[in-house]
Amino acid sequence: MAVLFAVVAGLALAGGVGVIASRRPVHSALSLLLVLGSLAVEYLLLDAQFIAALQVIIYAGAIVVLFVFIIMLLHARSGEEPRLRPVLPTAWGIPLCTAVGLVLLFVVAGAGRPPAATGEEFGTVQDVGRALFSRFLLPFEAASVVLLIGMIGAVALGKRLPAAATGAPPSGSGEGGR
Amino acid sequence: MIVPAPYHLALSAVLFTLGMVGVLVRRSALVVFMSIELMLNAANLALVTFARLHGSVDGQVVVFFILVVAAVEVVIGLAMIVDIFRSRETVDIDDVHLLRG
Repeated sequence: MAVLFAVVAGLALAGGVGVIASRRPVHSALSLLLVLGSLAVEYLLLDAQFIAALQVIIYAGAIVVLFVFIIMLLHARSGEEPRLRPVLPTAWGIPLCTAVGLVLLFVVAGAGRPPAATGEEFGTVQDVGRALFSRFLLPFEAASVVLLIGMIGAVALGKRLPAAATGAPPSGSGEGGR
Repeated sequence: MIVPAPYHLALSAVLFTLGMVGVLVRRSALVVFMSIELMLNAANLALVTFARLHGSVDGQVVVFFILVVAAVEVVIGLAMIVDIFRSRETVDIDDVHLLRG
């Protein structure tokens, strides 16, 4: 199990580096897929079978496919050309991120309590479902509303603009507001 | 739980940091978006680890809701990126500065 964890953690870290270091967005998407798959195995190691299945179905199955679709749709123009000025100067960004990472590591290193004993069915669909439909019923219903709003929003955003509004010049300030 | 919790949490912390670096240094809106997904997943891993550590399934339920919100966020965000690309022919976040004063 320790070997499995080491392999999975290594794959996840390699994928994480791949997401932020790849030149081409498609490679980033495939690296993201690697991270998500590794994390699904991680969830299995942590007795979260239901979440592991959801991770594969929703994240790896739906979200990454959506990313790849959009990359295909934007095709050639989505490539990122090397630019001179990064968002944050590297001299600032690297120490800042390292500091935040070290703080995170320091905090989590203190979580050394022994794990609680769990029954055979911890993390199964029955177990999670029972909590979801009893104590978390209201958030569950709210989640359905969120999904509905997301669907309506995507349709509204995806509708083609009128011909007059699409011809806004790239430098102009008058983007066709809705 | 054969592997101790701090190892899982350390992996989560490093993944979150990687996502943060991605948001800060990359310019393509798509890659920034993927980095945000990376950070969400790091948070999920921490939640699942703590759920196991405390023997309570509540953390996993929260992960379920994060999955829902992440799915909606990706759908809306990608629709916005496509919309911006249609009108401005770019996905570079530095070229989209309509709100700059």
